[in-house]
Amino acid sequence: MEDKKHHISSFNSLLMVLIGLFIMTGISVMITEIHFSTFSVGVALLLASIKGYLVLTYFMHLKYDEPIFRIMVFLILLLFAIVIGITFIDYLLR
Amino acid sequence: MESTQATNHVSYLQHKPHKIGILNWILSTDHKRIGLLYLYSIMVFFIVAAFLGLLMRIEKFAPGETIMDAQTYNGVFTVHGIIMIFIIVIPGLAAVFGNFFLPILIGAKDVAFPKLNLFSWYIYIAGAILALISQFASGGAPDTGWTFYVPYSADSSTNVIWALTAAFILGFSSILTGLNFIVTIHRLRAPGMSWFRMPLFPWSIYATSWIQVLATPIVGITLLMVIAERTLNIGFFDPALGGDPILFQHLFWIYSHPAVYIMILPAMGVVTEIFPTFSQKPIFGYSAIALSSVAIAAVGYFVWGHHMFTTGISYWSRWFFSFLTFIVAVPSAIKVFNWISTMYGGSIDLKPPLLWAIGFIFLFMIGGLTGLVLGALATNVHVHDTTFVVAHFHYIIFGGMGFAFFAGLHYWFPKMFGKMYNIKLANISFIITFIGFNVLYFPLFIIGLQGMPRRYFDYFPEYQYGHVISTIGAFILIIGIFIMLFNFFRGARKGEIAPANPWKGVTLDWQIESPPTLLNFDEIPVITEKPYTFKKEEEA
Amino acid sequence: MSHEFNDDVGKKMGMWIFIFTELFLFGGLFLVYAVFRANYTEGFHSAAADLDAFVGTLNTVILLASSATVAMSITAVQKGNNKLALRFIIVTVILALAFMVNKYFEWGHKFDLKLYPGSEIMEQLGKGEILFFGLYYMMTGLHALHVIIGVVLLMISYFKVKNGTVNSQKFIFLENSGLYWHLVDFIWIFLFPLMYLVT
Repeated sequence: MEDKKHHISSFNSLLMVLIGLFIMTGISVMITEIHFSTFSVGVALLLASIKGYLVLTYFMHLKYDEPIFRIMVFLILLLFAIVIGITFIDYLLR
Repeated sequence: MESTQATNHVSYLQHKPHKIGILNWILSTDHKRIGLLYLYSIMVFFIVAAFLGLLMRIEKFAPGETIMDAQTYNGVFTVHGIIMIFIIVIPGLAAVFGNFFLPILIGAKDVAFPKLNLFSWYIYIAGAILALISQFASGGAPDTGWTFYVPYSADSSTNVIWALTAAFILGFSSILTGLNFIVTIHRLRAPGMSWFRMPLFPWSIYATSWIQVLATPIVGITLLMVIAERTLNIGFFDPALGGDPILFQHLFWIYSHPAVYIMILPAMGVVTEIFPTFSQKPIFGYSAIALSSVAIAAVGYFVWGHHMFTTGISYWSRWFFSFLTFIVAVPSAIKVFNWISTMYGGSIDLKPPLLWAIGFIFLFMIGGLTGLVLGALATNVHVHDTTFVVAHFHYIIFGGMGFAFFAGLHYWFPKMFGKMYNIKLANISFIITFIGFNVLYFPLFIIGLQGMPRRYFDYFPEYQYGHVISTIGAFILIIGIFIMLFNFFRGARKGEIAPANPWKGVTLDWQIESPPTLLNFDEIPVITEKPYTFKKEEEA
Repeated sequence: MSHEFNDDVGKKMGMWIFIFTELFLFGGLFLVYAVFRANYTEGFHSAAADLDAFVGTLNTVILLASSATVAMSITAVQKGNNKLALRFIIVTVILALAFMVNKYFEWGHKFDLKLYPGSEIMEQLGKGEILFFGLYYMMTGLHALHVIIGVVLLMISYFKVKNGTVNSQKFIFLENSGLYWHLVDFIWIFLFPLMYLVT
């Protein structure tokens, strides 16, 4: 604690993030009602990614913590994406 | 906290807060004692698994049934594999030398989470016991091979579930150890020790730990899926229910290929410590070695498919995995060149640790180059599932990781126990082990190329000459190992008192007493220069 | 005698690394999901239609809200208001329990319809449907297990806040429990569209 002041998220900002999350949940549910089939899943996943980003950044406080955490999270998610991609080199091209 | 100078200078082995002797071990959160706990457990299991290996060799002395039937043989090679892989080589160097020397080499008093560290050892023991139970419980020893390939592992009536659970639990221990080391390296380096002033063993442990943390959960969930398939009728890998057995192999090797690097990276780290000390010369290409560890870990994560070339995965997929397999050979070769260059022009002192380390390079080169035979698509088809593969990975795992483990033991033994082993006997044991090793495994390359399949308890008579030579080698190897172990036990009991720095090393581990005190350092050192800086006046 | 390791950043790093392993644990299942969805797109569509999107949405809202309340409890502790923090933790735990009750009825309903692995009705379904339900049970089951672990961590935090071990100067335990709870939420954010919205 001595080294530097800890950032405190305000109640209001947390509430705003929550409302944003609710809105995006609503949108993703409504979009699937329209039945775009594959496309709607893509949109739903895109919205989920934005929601995940918000949770990581604000709720999990990544925006204000040491940069090393942000780097780690980014690399880990990248790694997972690459693993999925490589697996699909097999499944899509078989 | 309030320790006086006097209590500070009691070695960690003499520090006994509990009255009952064993409690000083099993309740100790001292990273050095935990390292020794791992060492002793690993040694015990090593003897068991090596004995099982010897039994297999005896069985193959002659064609047909020699000392056991086919089902027993299936059980023996499975148990040999499970113990060797999950209990010995995966924790292996990282858990023993990582625990003991990582904090010392970076100038810390302990790891970041000492209690968690002890807890991982308990989990490890729990998993190991479970693995042993799987051998003896009713139902018979698992006979799937250590790879647990479906569909057989979903059908076999033997104790596969026990073995799967054991592997799952051992994986959990491995994850916690890796987590601990990453935080330790990030947070507990001595003042002034920037990343590029860190010795190279911690670098390799850092790369290893990330693989442990990021690959092990995948095999964890995969093993759970097999358990679910056996118990809950969830058939992700059962074609009758729409599942895909190849998917199991993907998931399994996403972990188990990086696991090879969990084994070999710390081994590379250990020999990297040895070469500069016994050449009395700074390491050649410090950053190249440090970064190649990270490169091996990163690229090594993406080559899992080279275990699956014959399963019918897509053409591009095979192409991709084969290509990356060749790429990953590059950083390994960089390390080898750097070790050799370190010795070049140095004042070489051919003591046992260096002998073992040179043995490591020799065997690792053979293992690595035959790995390229397996990584190339065309030749892979020919030697797939033959004893060529068996010989290849024994050269890497035993010749590489095992020899580096023994190199590390000979190197750090005086620091760990404060005693010295008999140098002459150590040299003899090295020569016998080295010869025995090659006599045991090299013939397997040849009969493998000729078509001898792996995991068969019987064979055609034309392979007998190879098997006979190999079995003779097994006995020579066992003799060498027993001489070495005997030398260690005698050294630890009544060896000469070792000086603090018998090898004239310059890393932090040689700047403290032998054996180290409880908190390693009286005062946390301040680092002002690169590691491996040998000063001329010290030689005088 | 042994030194205390008092490094909040280090502890948080340990938690993050543990979260990474959890992500990869679920990651294995997501990979399986991706492969089977690519192979059996139609089956996944029709099976997902059997899930109640309303219950799923409700649970999403519950988890998101609980994630916000646990973040707020940290804010409250940092501001020195332990009493408010306790209330936020209680709300979080109640929301978590609501999630589990919902889940219980959802699973129970599926079992009433005899939609579970190995049942006769399941075996008559197409392969895509069988795999979808297998994944549904395994992923939501594993997730529910993590909800329970998260609740236990939150309860411990509750008592630590109450007796003052967690306070405005030293709140890493609550922060780490919060991180774990957000992980549970994070995974659900991806489970929800993949399970309920692929109709």
